[in-house]
Amino acid sequence: MAFIELRNLSKTFDGKQVLRDMSIDIDRGETVVIVGGSGTGKSVTLKHIIGLLKPDRGQVIIDEHDITKMPELALNQFRRRFGMSFQEGALFDSMNVYENIAFPLRRHTKMKEADIRARVEECLEDVHLHGVEKKRPSELSGGMRRRVGFARAISLKPEILLFDEPTTGLDPVISDIIAELICEMDMKLGTTTVTITHDMKVAFKVADRVAMLYDGQIIEQGTPEQFQESTNPIVRQFIEGRAEGPLTDID
Amino acid sequence: MTTILERIGFVFIRVFEQTGLWFSALWDTVRWTFRRPFDGREWLRQMVRVGVDSIPVVVLTAMFTGMVLALQTFIGFRRVHAEQFVASVVSLAMLRELSPVLVGLMVTGRVGSSMAAEIGTMKVTEQIDALKALATEPVQYLFVPRIVAGVVMLPFLVILGDFLGIYGGYLIAVKMMNTNPVVYQQNTYQFLTLNDLWSGLIKAAAFGLILTLTGCVRGYYTTGGAEGVGRATTNAVVSASLIILLSDFFLTKILF
Repeated sequence: MAFIELRNLSKTFDGKQVLRDMSIDIDRGETVVIVGGSGTGKSVTLKHIIGLLKPDRGQVIIDEHDITKMPELALNQFRRRFGMSFQEGALFDSMNVYENIAFPLRRHTKMKEADIRARVEECLEDVHLHGVEKKRPSELSGGMRRRVGFARAISLKPEILLFDEPTTGLDPVISDIIAELICEMDMKLGTTTVTITHDMKVAFKVADRVAMLYDGQIIEQGTPEQFQESTNPIVRQFIEGRAEGPLTDID
Repeated sequence: MTTILERIGFVFIRVFEQTGLWFSALWDTVRWTFRRPFDGREWLRQMVRVGVDSIPVVVLTAMFTGMVLALQTFIGFRRVHAEQFVASVVSLAMLRELSPVLVGLMVTGRVGSSMAAEIGTMKVTEQIDALKALATEPVQYLFVPRIVAGVVMLPFLVILGDFLGIYGGYLIAVKMMNTNPVVYQQNTYQFLTLNDLWSGLIKAAAFGLILTLTGCVRGYYTTGGAEGVGRATTNAVVSASLIILLSDFFLTKILF
């Protein structure tokens, strides 16, 4: 049985069906990257995995627990097994960097302040950031905000890491650094990782398996090598970034 | 015709929907208030924000309301030779009605709006999702400290408003209208009962709940980026002010 199972998920927003009987299995320790164009339901999928959204139909089974049937309080507790990094970092702007990373530790552990400080420093070390503890999120660059978001996501040593568009809006060099960082964290922490992105370079760099979401369903999946050799015309157009093809014909 | 009926129906549905959200958030807040962890530091921070930081606004509002009330009643009562009742009218009006309502409305403008803007911005920048992802219930972390602060601090602000309103009336009557200060003071307390004070304080706590809960709910259900945050802020002030004014009537009817 897979560690994370999305079974026949369907989700509609304001009459628009975003997910359509979507299914995917993710094994423990595996790094899966879900790619797809804008508005294809990548973020919606990720939010279903952590229970931020409830599907209209279907199941989300994590470690044999169907989280779609969990009461809110139990789900809240269950989320401690997750770490999630958001698109723009979603750092709490009323707090500085230190307080952001210390937030889950203060809330969910009985650690002393000295231990919290040590853990925050360790997390910042993991994302290669130094001397930013007292800075406010507004004083950080886009790349630094993402990295602080990563540090906050790993502070409780989660089993599952979710990355929502970790490189969107960043220059290619910073994007590569972020991709390296995801690989490093993955190796060091041994987590099960799900990343969503439309950046194919990042996808091929970090993934054990790449899956493509299109029209609310997974239409192709495989190792980065298998994925690059796909003959599916939609996948081909997406990988090659061409303006002409089935993706744009339908639009 | 259908369009008009549709519009009326839409308005009714929206009013029922908003009322439902409001009461559902109130119930969630009550449930989460008594669950661990208790964030004492955040509770204190919100009490300072709602209470201490609102003192200058309350001082000016209450003082000038007491002054103008004394001035107006003095002018009116002189016509029927009833100037001795100015003090009683000022004190009764301030304690029973003006201080709670005016403090409620002023704090709504100052605090309710900023709560809606703050929580609304958190919503559109995914900070609320981040809270949930960090296994933190937004109602417990955001609503509870703000609403507790509103319920606890508004009565203190109203006591301050009562005192300053009465003092403002005293200044006008004694310094401008040459009323005997000792007689004015005696008349101030002559017709007051403890119930006048209590009913004002109960109203204050109710208004504190209304303005903070409305600010939180409006912020929490914000959609649509910066424009949505602006809309939520305006709606929070308008809705909370209306609910305060409407509930004032019913509370007065129940409490007196």
